[in-house]
Order: sequence, then structure tokens, then C-alpha cells
Amino acid sequence: MENRTDKNSYTILFAIGMVLVVGALLAFAASFLKPNIDENKRLEKQQNILYAMGVNENDESNANFVSTADAPELFKKYIEKQLVIQGADVVEDKEAYLIDVKKEQTNAKAGKERKLPLFVGKKDDKTFYIAPIRGKGLWDAIWAYVAMDKNMVVQGVFFDHKGETAGLGANINKRFFMDDFIGEDLKNNGTFKGIDVAKGNADPLNKDKSDNEVDAIAGATITGNGVSAMLKSELKLYVPYFETLKN
Amino acid sequence: MGLLSKKDAQLITDPLADNNPITIQVLGICSALAITAELKASLVMAISVLFVLGLGNVVISLMRNIIPSKIRIIVQLIVVAALVIIVDLVLKAFAYELSKTLSVFVGLIITNCIIMGRFEAFALGNGPWKSFLDGIGNAVGYGVILIIVGFFRELFGSGTLFGIPVLGDPIAKTGLYAIGYENNGFMIMPPMALIVVGIIIWIQRTKNKALIED
Repeated sequence: MENRTDKNSYTILFAIGMVLVVGALLAFAASFLKPNIDENKRLEKQQNILYAMGVNENDESNANFVSTADAPELFKKYIEKQLVIQGADVVEDKEAYLIDVKKEQTNAKAGKERKLPLFVGKKDDKTFYIAPIRGKGLWDAIWAYVAMDKNMVVQGVFFDHKGETAGLGANINKRFFMDDFIGEDLKNNGTFKGIDVAKGNADPLNKDKSDNEVDAIAGATITGNGVSAMLKSELKLYVPYFETLKN
Repeated sequence: MGLLSKKDAQLITDPLADNNPITIQVLGICSALAITAELKASLVMAISVLFVLGLGNVVISLMRNIIPSKIRIIVQLIVVAALVIIVDLVLKAFAYELSKTLSVFVGLIITNCIIMGRFEAFALGNGPWKSFLDGIGNAVGYGVILIIVGFFRELFGSGTLFGIPVLGDPIAKTGLYAIGYENNGFMIMPPMALIVVGIIIWIQRTKNKALIED
């Protein structure tokens, strides 16, 4: 006799039932947990921005953020202004850090003028200009918060990625890589040049801060190229604003 | 073992050595190559698979009498995908830091052939308790190999363990590096994982001749 579960009608009903149950379960889980997830992402942005301007809990070799509990307060304390640059217009916006860079990049492709968020922080009488940028790594998105002084010399940087290879490209968020950028000049003789993540450069200890190069990570060529391309194309957009700071 | 009958205990102990999913059945090789460049990622992947395989085996076992045989593979895939998505969401909501470390691995679990293999070969034909033990045993057997491979690759490839330098500083030339030791960059490339797995298989078969096929 044919087994009950071998019938086509049963199979189809089972499939429909399964899809409904699993779909409902996942939709419920996703919407139930969404507020928590969004809050975590918001705090992470604050931690990242603070990290770039040197407000962090780094120990000798590891990158550590300030705690999520302290992040909102420290963010208020150190970030003096949040700017949105759109063409020649610069306006203050207290929630500029929530601007979705990815969405803005898509808008720019569609011909709309892009909103560029820039955070102005002050620590020990030093002013930091922190730009959130986004690009492509080997597998997926990479992004960064770059803190600069008014001459576009990097003061600190935080890189992160969605899915680069563990132990290779994923190391862009490690200190041995990020710290190399500190002090590097994004300009060369006054014109914007970016910073290249270079293989086989002559300066592995990174003593030359005006060569527009940092040492690459072995085995992470494409992620490194992505970092160079991201810095070049995204920070270039901020150059007109930095020109206005000279006066 | 007082808690488990001898047969039940075997479900856990067999996959650890003589029926290891990686070294004997040669399953789950893709993830063993991809993520073992560092020890921490190996450990995290091992724990994630332990969770998904243990729970997934129970779910499939409970459903084993109502799953239509024609679409059983798809049903298994949906169960593992749903479990993985829920794990991912819960981690993002309550352990955000950890979820970032896991990132791609969580998604990779879905494609791990050990999981589908155990669903198909064991959970469909056995009760929930036995399936649970089988899942745990296989996940631990898989995890042990991952951790061994991760240990050697990170140690010889980067000179660190869990990201902590153990052989000195390669740039400042301290520790072992002072006497001319160099990290082997080849160790962090995927081909070297295959060679390390091969060496483990070799050692295991030298010790237990019964495992050698003609």
C-alpha cells in the first residue's frame, strides 16, 4: 500500500504548511528582535566614531571600544557638531550619524545629490573631522570612520567589514593595520591623493608618513585594494569642505 | 558512563575518532579550509555547529514520521536555514559583539554537509534523544579537527594563538624571531589547511590500521 506521506496531495499540503509555519516564526522573531538590533547598531556607530578620534579602551595590542553603556554620554561629550554637507550647503544635524551611507551612495548613483555626514569632535584641544565612508572588499561591504585634522592628515581610523576572510582580509579591523594610517597625509603637495594599501612598499615599519602608502596585509590583496579605492573615491568628496576650512 | 547506555555513549564517542566526519567521512571540508586561519574563528564555528546540529537533529527526528519523502531534502534545508537565521537574529539582538565575530560563519553553517548528512543518515530514522546525541557527537568530532587545524595554522602562520602573540614580535624581532625564525605565510592560505587535514588523516590511519581501505 502506498504510504500516506508519499501522496502528492499530502506533499503539497505539507510544503504549504511548512512554509507558513517557518515564515511566521521567522517574521515574528525578526520583528520582535528588531528594536534591540537597531539599538545595538546605533550604539555601535557611536563607538566607531569615538574610536576613530581616539576615544577608546585600547590595550597594548587589541582594539577595544568604549562600553556600550558609556557610549551615548561620551558621544555627547566629545562630538561637538554633526554636519551634513550637500553640495555647497553645510547644515548641522544632531542625528547626522544615523545617515545611511549606503543609501546615500545609491541615491548619488540615481543622480540625486548626496548627503555627506561629517562629525566634528574635540579632544584635548585638538579638533577631529570624522567621515563615515563605505566601499567594497573581496566578499562584501567594507566601511570606515576616518578622523582627520583640518589639513586632511589622518588622526585615527576604524575599519570594519561584513564578510572578509577570517585571518586575512578580516584583519583590517585589527590595530596592526589601522594604526599604520595614523599620521598619514591624504594629500600630496597640497592635492588630494588618498592612501594606498601597498604590497611590497619600501616602508614596512611605516616611518614615512607622507608617502601616501601603508603596508598591505599578506593574503588580503583584494580587500586591501578595496580599502585604497574606498579612501580615494569617498574622501575625495570631502575635499571641497576641507578647502573652506583653510580660510 | 552511568547516564548513558553503552549504545548511546557510542553515538557520541564514535564520531570523535573512528568515524570522524572530517577525517573519515571527509565531510564539511569546505568550512574546515575556509575558516581555520585563526583559532578563535575555528572555536566559534565549532560551537555554532554544535548548537545547530544538536537542535536540528532533534527537530528533524520529531518530524521524521510526517515528512514526505519526496521533498525531505528541502524540508531539512528549511529547518537548518530557519535555525541558523534565528540564531543569527538572537545573537544580533543580545550578543552583538559576538555576532560580528561570527558574521559569515553563521550563514556558512547552512551549507555544511555534515548537518544535512546527519539529518539524512540518522535523524530521519531514529528517535529525538538518540538523534541529539548523534548530533552532539558529530559536531564535537568536527569541532575538534577544526580546532587542531586552527591551532597549527595560526601558530605557524601568524605566530599567535587567539590573536595573542606567543612567539615574539616579528617586526621588532623579539622572542623566536630574534634567532631568525619567520612566520610561514603559506600556513594562512587555504591549501595549507588541506595539507594539515591530510596529515591528521595520515596520523590517524597509522595509529588505527582498521581504518585503511584497500
